[in-house]
Amino acid sequence: MSAEQRPRRRWHIAVFLAPAVLVYTALMILPLFGTLKLSLYEAVDNRQVFVGFDNFATLFGDPNWSESFWRALKNNTWFFFIHMAVQNPIGIAIAAMLSVPALRFKAFYRTAIFIPTILSFVIVGFAWKLILSPLWGIAPGLLDMVGLRHLFQPWLGKEEYALTTIALISVWQFVGIPMMLIYAALLSIPDEILEAGEIDGITGMAAFWKIKLPLILPSIGIISILTFVGNFNAFDLVYTIEGAMAAPNFSTEVMGTFLFRTFFGHQTQPGDPNMGATIAMMMFLIILAGVTIYLFFIQTRMRRYQF
Amino acid sequence: MQRVKHNWLNLTLAHTALIAYTIIALFPVVVILVNSFKTRKAIFREPLALPNSETFSLVGYETVLKQGDYFGYFQNSLIVTVGSLFFILLFGAMAAFALSEYRFRGNTLMGLYLAIGIMIPIRLGTVAILQFMVAAGLVNTLTALILVYTASGLPLSVFILSEFMRQVSADLKDAGRIDGLSEYRIFFQLVLPLVRPALATVAVFNMIPIWNDLWFPLILAPGEDTKTLTLGSQVFIGQFVTDWNAVLSGLSLAILPVMILYVIFSKQLIRGITSGAVK
Amino acid sequence: MRPRNIVGIMLAATVLGGAAAAQEVTLTIESWRNDDLTIWQDKIIPAFEAKNPGIKVVFAPTAPAQYNSALNAKLEAGTAGDLITCRPFDGSLQMFEKGYLADLSDMEVLDNFGPVAKSGWSTDDGSATYCIPMASVIHGFIYNKDAFAELGLEEPKTTDEFYALLDKIKEDGTYIPLAMGTADEWEAATMGYANIGSKYWKGEEGRKALIAGKSKLTDPEWVEPYRELARWGQYMGDGFEAQSYPDSQNLFTLGRAAIYPAGSWEISGFNAQADFEMGAFPPPVLPGGECYISDHVDIAMGLNPASPNQEAARTFLSWVGSAEFANLYSNALPGFFSLSNNPVTLEDPLAQEMMSWRESCSSTIRPFAQILGRGTPNLHTEYWVTSANVIRGTMTPEEAGQYMQDALDSWYTPPAQ
Repeated sequence: MSAEQRPRRRWHIAVFLAPAVLVYTALMILPLFGTLKLSLYEAVDNRQVFVGFDNFATLFGDPNWSESFWRALKNNTWFFFIHMAVQNPIGIAIAAMLSVPALRFKAFYRTAIFIPTILSFVIVGFAWKLILSPLWGIAPGLLDMVGLRHLFQPWLGKEEYALTTIALISVWQFVGIPMMLIYAALLSIPDEILEAGEIDGITGMAAFWKIKLPLILPSIGIISILTFVGNFNAFDLVYTIEGAMAAPNFSTEVMGTFLFRTFFGHQTQPGDPNMGATIAMMMFLIILAGVTIYLFFIQTRMRRYQF
Repeated sequence: MQRVKHNWLNLTLAHTALIAYTIIALFPVVVILVNSFKTRKAIFREPLALPNSETFSLVGYETVLKQGDYFGYFQNSLIVTVGSLFFILLFGAMAAFALSEYRFRGNTLMGLYLAIGIMIPIRLGTVAILQFMVAAGLVNTLTALILVYTASGLPLSVFILSEFMRQVSADLKDAGRIDGLSEYRIFFQLVLPLVRPALATVAVFNMIPIWNDLWFPLILAPGEDTKTLTLGSQVFIGQFVTDWNAVLSGLSLAILPVMILYVIFSKQLIRGITSGAVK
Repeated sequence: MRPRNIVGIMLAATVLGGAAAAQEVTLTIESWRNDDLTIWQDKIIPAFEAKNPGIKVVFAPTAPAQYNSALNAKLEAGTAGDLITCRPFDGSLQMFEKGYLADLSDMEVLDNFGPVAKSGWSTDDGSATYCIPMASVIHGFIYNKDAFAELGLEEPKTTDEFYALLDKIKEDGTYIPLAMGTADEWEAATMGYANIGSKYWKGEEGRKALIAGKSKLTDPEWVEPYRELARWGQYMGDGFEAQSYPDSQNLFTLGRAAIYPAGSWEISGFNAQADFEMGAFPPPVLPGGECYISDHVDIAMGLNPASPNQEAARTFLSWVGSAEFANLYSNALPGFFSLSNNPVTLEDPLAQEMMSWRESCSSTIRPFAQILGRGTPNLHTEYWVTSANVIRGTMTPEEAGQYMQDALDSWYTPPAQ
C-alpha cells in the first residue's frame, strides 16, 4: 500500500503548490529579479552594460549616495523602533483588555479601534495633515482647551519632529493589526490552563504576565517580523504627507522614498533604474537579514520555550 | 467580596482606557465627516463645531458627484479586492498545506522561495509586470489587478498559513486517511475549516493594501471604466486640492463604503477568529 | 458572495472594458494638469472635435507627483497615450533621446514660435524640436487689494519698499504679510528663489554664465537671493514650516493674508475662490536696478512615436500650434500665457497685468531647468531643499550656496571655452 501511495502523494504536492508557484513566479519573482539584475548593469547609450558591483561601490563610496543611504537607513530604524515601542505594546494592551470575559461592548471597541487600519494612506495622510495644520487650527485649538497652547509646534514641518510624528501616525493607523492577532491568540488559550492558574492563585495581572504572555509569544514574534518587513518597505505614508522629497530637508526619508525617487525619478530628475535596483537590492538584503535572524534564532527558541 | 470589587475596578479602568483610545482612533475620521457637511468659511472658522442651519452645506458632495462615477469606482474596487482575496486564500492555503504537511525534497527551499516576495516591494517589478500585461492583452482590465495582487499577497499568506497549519493535530488527518479520504478532501474538509481564524487574519491583512493601493491601478488600469475608488478619489483630490468642501466630501465618500463594508465583514471576521479558538 | 459569481463579474467587467468602439480615431492625451480636466473636456476638446470629425480626444491626466514615473512605466511597456504633455528642458530631452518623443521639426506650425519658446523642447544644438510649445508661466506677487486699501498701502517698486511694506502689515497684525509655507519645498524654490532671484544674477546673462562655468553658486548674485529669503520667515504665518501649498492658497483666498508670492497659474483658481479684489506686482527691483521676471516656458505637447494614430495626432498638434488654440487656451486658463507669436487678447485683468510685465522687464527661465538639471544631485530639485532650509533658518545663505556648488561640482564640468 505504501508503495502505491508514495507516487500519488507526490502528485498531490505538485497540485497543491502549482497555482501559487505559477502566479507568484510569473508576476513577482521574474519581474523582481529582472529589476534586481539591473543593479549589476549600467546604462550606456540606452544599452545595459554589465559592470559587476560598480553600482554598489558608488552607493557606498560616493558621499552623494552613501550619505542619503545611511540617512534613510537610520531614519528607517527609528521608524521601526517607534512601532515596536508604541504600536505593539498598545496593541497587546488593548487585546488583553478586550479578552477579559466580563468586559462589555467588546464588539464596539474592536470595530472602532480597527477602523484606522482600513483607511487608505491618501485618507490618513490628508486627515492628519489637516488636523496638525497650523492654519486649520484643530491641534492648536485642542491644546488650547487644556491650556497647553504653547506646546503646539508645526510638527510635520520641523526636522526634529517630522519623522517621529509620521511614525506615530503610522502607529495610529496600524495598531489594529497587532490588536487583532493578539486578541485571536489570547482567545485560543484553553480555559483549563487559566483555571489551573486560578487554583494556584494566579489571577488578574499576574495571570497575564505569567500565563498568557508566554503563550502568546509566538504571535508577538510574528507581529514583530511583520512590523519589521512592513516598516522597511514603508513608503506611502511619507509620500502622501511629505512628498517624494521627504520634507523637511529629507528628515523623513526612509528607504522607500529614497528608492522611489532614484528608481522612478522625480520632477525633472530622470529615474535611474540601475542605482534604484542597487538600493532595492540593499533593502532586500536588510530585510532578508532580519527575517533570517527571526526564523533561525528567535522562532526556534520560542518554540522550545512554549513546550 | 474583595475579588468582586477588584474586578469592578479593573473593568472601569479597562473601559476608561478603551474609550480613550477609541476617541483617538475615531477622531480624525469624525472631523473629516463632520466638516464635509459645512460651508467653506465654517470649516476654517470652527473646525470642531457640528454643522448648524447656518453652516450646513452639501456643495462639496455636489462637486464630487458631478465629477466621477463613484459607484462605478466602488464596484471596481470591490471586484478587485474580493477576487484577489479569493485566489490568495485558495492558492495560499493549498501551498501552505503542501509545505506544512508533506516532507519532500526541497520543502525548505520552496518555503524560502515563496517567502522572498515578502521582502521586496512588488512595485519594483512594475515595468516587467506591465510588459507582461501588455503581452497578455490585460491592460486596463480588472483581471490584471487581480493577478498582481494575488501574486503579491501569496508570500505572506503562505508564511502565516503554514505557521497555523503546523498546529493542526496530526491525529485528525491520520484518522481521515484511515477512513480513506483523499488528500484533497483532507485539505478541503478537515484542515481548511480548522484554520478559519488564520484565513480570516490573512484576508484582513491582504484586503487593506489591495483596497487602498494606488500604484497598480494607476499603471495597469487607469481607464475610466476600470478606475478603483482609491485612484478615483486621488485624482479627484489632486484636482480640487484647494476646494476643501470637495476634498472633504471626496474623502468621506471614500471612507464610508469601506467602513460599512468593514462593519458588516467584521462580524464574520470575529466569528471566524473565535470559532477557531473555542475548540 | 460565491466564488463563481465573482469570476462571472470579473469576466463581464473585462469584456465590457475591452469593447470600446473602433470606428473613429481616439487620441489620448497624457498630462499632469489634472486641475484643468474640466476645461479640456468642456472647452478645448469640443472646439477641436467640431472642426475635425472622425477624431475623438480624451484628456487623461495623472496627479503631478506621479506623472513622470507613471508615464515612463507606460512608455516602456508601450501603453502610453498618443499625445504626451511635455515638461520643459532636461526632462523631455531625456525622453526624446530615449525615443519616447517623436521629432516634430518638420511641422510647419513650429514657425509660429520664437527661439525662446522652442528652446524648452529642442536639442542643445537646436537641430530637432520634439514638442509644440503651449504656454509659459510668470512669477510675481498677487495681493489683496482690499487689504492694501484698508491699511493705506501701495504696490512696492523696490526691495526696500517691499520690506517696509511687509513690516507695516506685520505691525498692524490684521493680515499675515506673506501667504507661503515651507512644507511643500518647491514653493520656496519657485515662488521664492526663482521669483526674486533673477534681478541679482541678471536673468539669462547670469544663467548662461553659470552653465558656462564663468560664475559659481557661491558668488554674491546667487547667494543674495537666499539672504532675501532668509528674511521671509518672519513675515509668514504661525507654523509656516508645516503649511502646505494648498494651505497657502486658502490662507490668501480666505482673506487672511495680504500678499501671495505667486505663479501666474493661480489666477483662475483665485478668481473662483477669493471674494476680494486682487492686484499683482512684479518682483521688486534693487534700488536703481532693472526689472527681471521669471517667465518660464512650462508646458508643451509632443507625440508618442509608438502611437498607431500618427496622422490624427499630428493634426491635433498642428491645431495646438495654431492661433485659435493660443487664444482659446490662454483665456480658458488665465495665467498660462501662450508662447505663440500670434497676438493673443486676454480678457482677465490679472492675467493682462502679469503679461504686461514682459514689456517692462527682462524675461528669464528658472535658473537650473536647463542642463543643470541633468545630473545627480539634480540642481533643479536640490534648490527646493536649500530655499526651504534658508527660510526655515536651518541653513545660512552661505551654506546654501556652498551646498549647491558642491552638488554641481560633483558631476558637472562646464564646456571648454
